Amino acid sequence: MRPRRVVADLKVTARTYLRSPVALFFSLVFPLILILLFVFIFGAASSAKVTVYTINEDVTNGHYSALSQEFLAALNSTNVTTVQLVSPSVGNLSTYLGQNGYAVGLVIPAGFQANYTANRTTTLQIYSNPSATSQSGPALGVIASVVNAFNRPCPPGHRCDVIQVANENVGQPYFTYIDYLVPGLIGFSILTSPMFSMVEITSSYRKEGLFRQLSLTPLTRAEWLTSRVVWYVLLTFISMAIMLGIGIGTFGANVTVSWTLVPFLVVGPFLFVSLGMLAGSAAKTPESASVIGNLITFPMMFLAGTFFPVSQFPAGLQLFAKLLPLYYVIDGMNQVMLFGNLGRAWVDLAITLAISVVFFALAVIAFRWRDE
Amino acid sequence: MAAAIEVDQLVKRYGPLSAVDGISFEVPAGTVFSFLGPNGAGKTTTTEILEGLRARSSGTVRVLGFDPWSEGRALHRRIGVIPQDFRFFEKITAREGIEYYASLFGVKVDPGELLREVNLEEKADARFDTLSGGQKQKLGLALALVNNPDICFLDEPTTGLDPQARRAIWDVIRRLRAGGRTVFLTTHYLEEAELLSDHVAIINHGRIVAAGSPAEIIRTRGQAERLVFEEAPTLGGWLRRTLGIDGRADGDRLVIPLTSKNEAMKILKAVHESGEPWGRFTIERDTLEDVFVHLVGRMDNGVLKTEART
Repeated sequence: MRPRRVVADLKVTARTYLRSPVALFFSLVFPLILILLFVFIFGAASSAKVTVYTINEDVTNGHYSALSQEFLAALNSTNVTTVQLVSPSVGNLSTYLGQNGYAVGLVIPAGFQANYTANRTTTLQIYSNPSATSQSGPALGVIASVVNAFNRPCPPGHRCDVIQVANENVGQPYFTYIDYLVPGLIGFSILTSPMFSMVEITSSYRKEGLFRQLSLTPLTRAEWLTSRVVWYVLLTFISMAIMLGIGIGTFGANVTVSWTLVPFLVVGPFLFVSLGMLAGSAAKTPESASVIGNLITFPMMFLAGTFFPVSQFPAGLQLFAKLLPLYYVIDGMNQVMLFGNLGRAWVDLAITLAISVVFFALAVIAFRWRDE
Repeated sequence: MAAAIEVDQLVKRYGPLSAVDGISFEVPAGTVFSFLGPNGAGKTTTTEILEGLRARSSGTVRVLGFDPWSEGRALHRRIGVIPQDFRFFEKITAREGIEYYASLFGVKVDPGELLREVNLEEKADARFDTLSGGQKQKLGLALALVNNPDICFLDEPTTGLDPQARRAIWDVIRRLRAGGRTVFLTTHYLEEAELLSDHVAIINHGRIVAAGSPAEIIRTRGQAERLVFEEAPTLGGWLRRTLGIDGRADGDRLVIPLTSKNEAMKILKAVHESGEPWGRFTIERDTLEDVFVHLVGRMDNGVLKTEART
C-alpha cells in the first residue's frame, strides 16, 4: 500500500467528481433539498393539536370508568389537545414519551371515579417535556382548566379540590422532527453517494476496460479501494457540515455534535463502498447493476430511519428496518446526537463494522481487474 | 539477438473452443512485430495473454523473461499497453492523465514532452471526452510510454482512424523502434503491417498460418510475378504461336506468369519487334494483402473479412 498512489487516484476521483455537476448535485445538493422538503411537509406541526398520550388505569370489569371517559372526552373537545390512549403495557410512560419524542402524557390512576364519588383526593400524573414548551405549555393549561371544571360545582359538604394534578418532567430531552432528520439525512448521504456511484463505476469501468487499464499500472485493488473509501468519507464530512449548518442554523435542530460521530462517518462510507462494489461486480451489465443497486438502496433509503424515526413504525416494519445495514449507522448517530446513549452507539458501531467487513471480503472476492 | 517475447505451444480454451490453438513464435528485441488475422482469429486473446491480462490454458510464454500471468506486476513496470478501443477517465485532461500515471509508476516525466512525442501537445489541457478518436489513441500511446517501457503492445491502434491519424500513429511507431524499443502490433490493416514490421505472423482460427518478414512471406507464400498487358486483343495468340508462352486472359487483360526478370525483358523485346498492338503493360507482384487473402479469406477495403467462427 503506497500512499503516493492512493493520493494520485484520489486526485483523479476528486477531479472527476468536481467536473460532474450531476454527481455533485446528488451528493451535496439533493440531501439539502430533502431536508427542506421534509421539514416543510412533516415538521410544521405547530398549528395542529397537541396529543396527550394517556394511560387510563381506572378500569372496572374491563370497562373504563364513566368519569374517566367523561374527563378524556372533555380534553378531546378542546381545540388544543387530543387524547391518544396508550396501553399500560408500555411500562413507564415517561420513558415511553422520551423514546418516541412525545411531549405530553397523562396517567389516570385506578380508583379515580370511586375517589371522586367518595369525596377523596385523586392525583392525576402528568408528564411533560420542558424542552417542548410550545406543546407542553398549552396542554398543561388545558388540562388544568378541565380539572377545574370537574372540581366544580362543589356542592356543600364537598371538597373543591378532589382532583389534583402532579406534573413531572420527562427525563429525556424532547426531540422535534428536525432533530431526527439531521442524523437521518447524514445517514442518507452515507448510503446514497457511495452506493449509486460505486455500482455505476464498478460495472461501467469494467465494461469500458478501465480496470484492465489500471491493472497494467502498479496501482493495486486495495489502493484503489482505499482511495474510494477516503473520498466518500471526505464527501460525508462535507455533507454533514452542510446538513448541520442548515439543520442547526436554519431550523434550530437540537443535536449533539461530538467526536464520537467520527467512527460512524468512516465506517458508514466503508460499508456502502463495499456493498456498492459487491453489487456492481455481481452484475453482468451496467444496466442490471443499476437495477440491483436500486433494489438494495431504495428500501434502506426510506426504512432505515432516514426520514422518520424507526420507533414510530409499526412493529413489523421495525423488525424489517433492523435487517437493513443503514439502520445501525443511523441508530448509532441518533444515540450520539440525540439520546447521549453511547453504550448503544458502540453496539451499533460494532454491528456496522461487522457487516462492513463481511461485505468488503465478499466484494474483494467478486471484484476482478483481469479475466481468468 | 535476444528474444523480447517467446511463445511456445500456447493454447487458450474457452470451454470446448480453442481460441488459440498451440501457437509458437519469437519476437527479437528492438523489432516491430505484427500479429495479423481476421476478427476472432485469436489476436486479442494472444495479446492479452502476453500482457498478463488473461490466463492461458497451456503452453509457455515469456515476456522479457517474465511469466506474464504470475509475474504480471513486475512485467507491467516494463511494458506499455494500448488496449483495443482505448478508454480513459472522461473528465480528466491529457496532462492530468500523464501525471496520474507518472505518480502510479513513481517516475518523473514531462507531460508536455511526452505529448509532443505523440503529436498531441495542443490538446494537453483538453478533457478525454472532448478528444477525437485519433487523439484518444495518441493519448493512449503517451500513457503507454510513461514508464519508458521496453516493449509496447499496440492492439489495433489505428482501427477506425482517418488516414491522417493513422499516419501519425505510424510515425510514432517508427520512432519507438528507432529508440530501440520492441513493438508488438496487432492490426487488420495489411498495408500497415507491411510498412512497419520487421516480422509478421498471420493467425487464423487460432493457428499461425504464415510467419516471417513481409518479403519472405510474399516470396514463399505468394504467387510469382506476372507480366500483364492491357488492350492487346491478339497478343495472347501471337505469343502462344511464336514463343510457346501460355498467357491467361483475365477480362481484357493478358496475364503471363514469370519465372525470372529476364523472361519479362525477352517477352517485351519480342512483342515490341512483332508490331502486335497493345495499350500498356505492368509487372504485378503480390502484396502482403494478396497473400493474406489467399491464406485467410476475403478482403474488404484493405480490411480482412471472414465468416465468424462458430
